Amino acid sequence: MHAIEKILAKNSGRDRVKTGEIVTARVDFAEINDLYLQTVYSFREMNGDKVWDKDRVAFVFDHYAPAPTIKTAQIHKEMREFARENDLIYHFDINAGICHQVMPEAGLIYPGSIIVATDSHTTTHGAFGALGTGVGATDMATILISGKLWFRVPEIIEIRIDGTPREGVLPKDIVLFLMGQIKADGAVYKAIDFTGSYIEQLGVAGRMTICNMAVEMGAKTAYMQPNQEVLEYVSKKAVRPFEVVYTDDEFEYSESYCFDISDLTPQVAAPHSVDNVYPIHELDEIRIDQGFIGTCTGGRLEDIKVAADILRGKKISDHVRLIVIPASTQVMMEAIERGYFQDLVDAGATISTPGCGPCLSAHEGVLAPNEVCITASNRNFPGRMGSTQAEIYLASPATVAASVLTGYLTNPLSL
Amino acid sequence: MERVLRGKVIVLGDNIDTDQIYPGRYLELVDPKEIGSHCLAGVDENIAPNFVKGDMIVAGSNFGCGSSREHAPISLINMGASVVIADSFARIFYRNSINLGLPLIVCKGISRALKDGDEIEVDIEEGTITLIKTAKLFQGEKIGEYAMNILEAGGIKPLFRERKF
Repeated sequence: MHAIEKILAKNSGRDRVKTGEIVTARVDFAEINDLYLQTVYSFREMNGDKVWDKDRVAFVFDHYAPAPTIKTAQIHKEMREFARENDLIYHFDINAGICHQVMPEAGLIYPGSIIVATDSHTTTHGAFGALGTGVGATDMATILISGKLWFRVPEIIEIRIDGTPREGVLPKDIVLFLMGQIKADGAVYKAIDFTGSYIEQLGVAGRMTICNMAVEMGAKTAYMQPNQEVLEYVSKKAVRPFEVVYTDDEFEYSESYCFDISDLTPQVAAPHSVDNVYPIHELDEIRIDQGFIGTCTGGRLEDIKVAADILRGKKISDHVRLIVIPASTQVMMEAIERGYFQDLVDAGATISTPGCGPCLSAHEGVLAPNEVCITASNRNFPGRMGSTQAEIYLASPATVAASVLTGYLTNPLSL
Repeated sequence: MERVLRGKVIVLGDNIDTDQIYPGRYLELVDPKEIGSHCLAGVDENIAPNFVKGDMIVAGSNFGCGSSREHAPISLINMGASVVIADSFARIFYRNSINLGLPLIVCKGISRALKDGDEIEVDIEEGTITLIKTAKLFQGEKIGEYAMNILEAGGIKPLFRERKF
């Protein structure tokens, strides 16, 4: 069996599971973000009384942190009340950060666990050898009542990535390249196992960026076999003992894709689709109005460092604004301590407090009609960051930083 | 759940994501009727105000990709859509819709075979679609037994309320 199948088998009390089978599996941790007050409503509509385990459920206020409108303030208020009524042990209010960053930091994500959250980017936790998947509000309410969820055991595809990228070509470039190859519907309902020499040496942040965007290919979940760096990270933090799960040698993937990324150049997804991907040098000169570095894809310390290194001692272009939002308070404090925020503010950046920011057009830098944004985030759908007439280019934080410097889409390797 | 449905269709393209079905700027709304009034605003803001209850959405591949927001099927249901037929659906959208009792039919090629305003009849159990004016029949995929049980109960909420799940 594959590690993913072993995790599903273990949590559903079976020896084996097979592809296509429907199993009901125990959820190790359930997380609800602040777009999903409907979870509380569905819980009550289904006569829910108390959540099944107050140690294994948390709210994270990230999409609307801090509340930009009266309606969102009300959402936070009702969620806080629910958290208090249920004596939830973990609660991440507006001062914490993005769910996919704060949960690993709090030790709630560890190898072999099943993580379900009301967020499509829950595939991120494959970076830790966990099975992470996103659900909607009512599915989540059934978990809060029962502690379990039904899963269809997915086909598992392998994406093997070998080679050593050029300096300045980042994990975000790798995953954008994969998006262009696999396409937005290339892995619908499937699980993706990322393997190969590149993945084996990749650190926690890079693994999170790649697993995060697996959902943009339609994947149910993503997986990477934990390496030494991952094990050191989780061993220091995990709130429970855990066991790393391994795929059997004889396991056969339903499909395998192999890529060598040694010659890859920085990649960009042009409007309005995540799989509309080009090497940056193939795009025409594109004038930009805004750059954004942040989110569960590109708001970690490593991403902010890349931007600070490029912008240190320089000024962003006169006609451009740069928004930088750390993925969590821990990221923010480290970025302050290391002087990255000083560098970025000196260069002309606008810094906001941890959260999802303008990624889904909630607040903190949404776009006007006909504006162009280059972003380290994950989606460039029409209207994703504000006006449906705005244009969004997805790129690495290095490409964002290089572009705000010149005011045009710019290859960071050309600086 | 009504087994046979009849209505006119609105035909959409491939990769219609949840931001187009229900734009992020409306996510703070919680009233279902109000949510329904913004359905498909990311495609065309005139769709919801002119939508006739019982009519249907037809789309290309990967309908509902993107975010896990349940507002997407909530808005379709409250706009009055009786069924969505597509070449394929994104996973979370599929689960959310079935959980709320919105039938989805997978039928490869359907988005190229129909055009706006066509009247069709849909047999949910058989997964068939009939174009009324020509009597042409399209065979879609039958809904799996597990999902069908949920649909027949009117969604997962009634099942859970009675702890039959």
